[in-house]
Amino acid sequence: MAAPKVISRTSTQEELASDYKWGFVTEIEADVPPKGLNEDVVRLISAKKGEPEWMTEWRLKAYRYWTSEEYREPRWSKVSFPPIDYQDIHYYSAPVKKEKGPESLDEVDPELVAAFNKLGIPLAEQKALTGVAVDAVFDSVSVATTYQKQLEDLGIIFGPISEAIQKHPELVKKYLGSVVPYSDNFYATLNSAVFSDGTFAYVPPGVRCPVELMTYFRMNSEGTGQFERTLIIADKGSYVSYLEGCTAPMRKTTQLHAAVVELIALDDAEIKYSTLQNWYPGDKDGKGGVYNFVTKRGKAAGKNSKISWTQVETGSAITWKYPSCILQGDNSVGEFYSVALCNNHQQADTGTKMIHMGKNTRSTIIAKGISAGEGQNTYRGLVKIMPTATNARNFTRCDSLLIGSKCGAHTVPYIEVRNPTAHMEHEATTSKVSDDQLFYLMQRGIKEEDAQYMIINGFCKGVFAELPFEFAMEASQLLKVSLEGTVG
Amino acid sequence: MTQTAEATDRYVEQFDTLRETRKLEPDWLRELRREGFDYFQRMGWPIDDKRDEMWKYTDVRPVARTEFRLPNAPAVMPSSAEIAAIFPFDEGMSRLVFIDGYYSPDASRIVDADDGSILRITEAVREEETLVHGHLARYSEPGHDASVGLNTAFFGDGAFIHADGRLTAPVHLVYITSDHADPVVTYPRTLVVAGKGAEVTLIETFLSLGSRNHFTDPVTEIALGDGSSVTHYRLLLESADSYTIGHVRPCLGPDSVYKSVVYEVGSGLMRLDLEVLIEGEGAFADLRGLYVTKGKQHLDNLVSIDHAKPHGKSRLYYKGILDDESRAVFGGTVYVQPGADKTDAYQEDKNLLLSDRAEADSKPSLEIYADDVKCGHGATAGAVADEAIFYLRSRGIDEQTASRLLIKGFASEILDEIGIEPLRLFLEERTASALPRFVGAEVVA
Repeated sequence: MAAPKVISRTSTQEELASDYKWGFVTEIEADVPPKGLNEDVVRLISAKKGEPEWMTEWRLKAYRYWTSEEYREPRWSKVSFPPIDYQDIHYYSAPVKKEKGPESLDEVDPELVAAFNKLGIPLAEQKALTGVAVDAVFDSVSVATTYQKQLEDLGIIFGPISEAIQKHPELVKKYLGSVVPYSDNFYATLNSAVFSDGTFAYVPPGVRCPVELMTYFRMNSEGTGQFERTLIIADKGSYVSYLEGCTAPMRKTTQLHAAVVELIALDDAEIKYSTLQNWYPGDKDGKGGVYNFVTKRGKAAGKNSKISWTQVETGSAITWKYPSCILQGDNSVGEFYSVALCNNHQQADTGTKMIHMGKNTRSTIIAKGISAGEGQNTYRGLVKIMPTATNARNFTRCDSLLIGSKCGAHTVPYIEVRNPTAHMEHEATTSKVSDDQLFYLMQRGIKEEDAQYMIINGFCKGVFAELPFEFAMEASQLLKVSLEGTVG
Repeated sequence: MTQTAEATDRYVEQFDTLRETRKLEPDWLRELRREGFDYFQRMGWPIDDKRDEMWKYTDVRPVARTEFRLPNAPAVMPSSAEIAAIFPFDEGMSRLVFIDGYYSPDASRIVDADDGSILRITEAVREEETLVHGHLARYSEPGHDASVGLNTAFFGDGAFIHADGRLTAPVHLVYITSDHADPVVTYPRTLVVAGKGAEVTLIETFLSLGSRNHFTDPVTEIALGDGSSVTHYRLLLESADSYTIGHVRPCLGPDSVYKSVVYEVGSGLMRLDLEVLIEGEGAFADLRGLYVTKGKQHLDNLVSIDHAKPHGKSRLYYKGILDDESRAVFGGTVYVQPGADKTDAYQEDKNLLLSDRAEADSKPSLEIYADDVKCGHGATAGAVADEAIFYLRSRGIDEQTASRLLIKGFASEILDEIGIEPLRLFLEERTASALPRFVGAEVVA
């Protein structure tokens, strides 16, 4: 296979011409314990990471909860898949590395650096994109983090969570599981038991993080599940923008990805979290692909705090995720901007929850769903105004676009209002690309296919505008590639 | 099995007893009843599975736990004049009155049935057997859910309306539960068959004479033939201590028009499933609702529109006024099946909260499997807008009157759609008296 690249930065038309551009496999020696899950595997993961006892105990508590008889996968979502055999998955896979972790990039396995370079994620700092600090997670392990020195000078902690458990146990102990408890849902509990790595970020009071923090997740080994855990804390008056990108090789079998992301914003702090999710979606007949069952939740705990989620979901065979905001602090703000695309046999059940608890809390939800092929796309969202949330405001807009007659677009909003001072508005529309718009563009000499893309791009513009510039370019290209062959 | 064995046992006893007394019923009906009862016995009320999305906001355990008795005979038999005094709007209409599930000939009258027939359903089973057999339980299948299952198994009487042309007089169906010392249950059943080009106006009223607990489990099936039109008003005026779980199932043939206005002020615990099927091309469903709740009332409206055929159009507009600790649930679903292109559907739910302990839960969902469609929905909730009150006050209207005017205006968006003037006035008054502290009689716009 030709060397694939992340499309936005250097891609040419030829490179865009094949199906999934990120489907290569890196031949790298991996440390993989046998398939299956039991207490020993949980202990083994914990031991591999050299974790303190409290962490091992927390994992075991989650594991025991997960195995309790009544505990099942949530069934209310509009996705269908054969039962998952949880004993047929490797719960840990790590590139074999030297006894000591790499001190500098020169010590990182060159195969790995090459793999990330292929993805357009240069790990070498001198070549790094200006203003982006990258933490690269390969299978389950963080392999390299750039820009650490510069961040350290500002007191910002950014790196693998496994390292934070060692170096900053007080922060991890205080916040881990404080937004998504280990008993939250079936997949979050599983993650709590077996998570291997992920990103940890802490921004101290009053600091505005000067660069965008980025984690690049790559699933490589076959038959493994990926379970990362991300924890981001913005202390009083701080600001951080965080980006996440994900890809996986093409496999005939499905792969499970069950991540947990927790965000905490204290007084006057702001966290902006952007995702480009491009896990392998399976082939045209719906074979293979990633089951992306993710729990993401932010707590706007402090006064005047803000949490903003932006997601572009083009990958995965099944997406099940609801990045949510608990608006606890007075005057806190929650935002959710989403583009979800389902082509071929992809299924997505995604949306958000806005839980208004504090006074004068505000939330905005803009969700754009695109269905093509035989894709089934569901927006599912909850807006809950608690009795304490005086003068809460919500605005929700969900739009769906259908391309072709075999796909489906569904909107399932839940609105629970328990305070009369609340003002909430919800709007939704479903339509296809309008013939009038197409005609207008075509009579000005634009080819039908290009006109279609222009209209679809315009449909998503409100969400793309929320992404950092580099990401917005990539998102727009990603959409185009993912829709290839369905329009025009 | 979703509930304890004892809870369904009492129904088994009732069912077996009734089966003996209903030996003369045709076999097909006995079969349907058995089917409905089997379903109920197997599934019970949806109370144990908290993950049942259809019942997320409504807990029917009070219904499942209470031992309801089927009345052996009506407790009272009001005269025609007494009924007319309760419903001043139905002068000149055909009227069928049922008390505790039994037909009241004195209070009933048929005004005009030249182009069809208006019968008790028990009569219709004998006199129009082919027609009834062809339609009864075809739309609301016995195994649809617990309430339909029970109704099919137990219904005693109800109304059958069949029209081939235009029925000039509206038909008022009155289902009354009188005051009983112990909780009783009634199973009103209505079947409307509108033939090709027929026009029917129907009012269904549910009323309690006392204030004690009882349970109503009504099922209404409406079949709309080619180009027919049915206007359906449904008035829920039962006591705040009663329970009702009902099902309304209109099936729309090609180019037919179904208009409904649901008005709900009564019942302590209500669930109404209005499930519309667009079965023919070019049909139009216009569904409106107004619910006014106070005290500890819990009203749950589940409205679904299934667009199975192309060129269908649906409009759904529900509004609620919530006071005290009451709670209103609105679940609206628009399904557009594959191939139902050119569907045009819109639904909206608006809630006005008058108390800080009231709760409004809305779930207006869309499930769309066809691409050439125009669908949308909207929902809002909030208190009376301060700006609007300020506007009126700046023109010399005192705050209380301003608030009353705005609430009245909010309700009128639904009530103004009622084409029968005396009925509209009657409901405006009911709304005012349901919310005395907000909508005083002195405000006559």
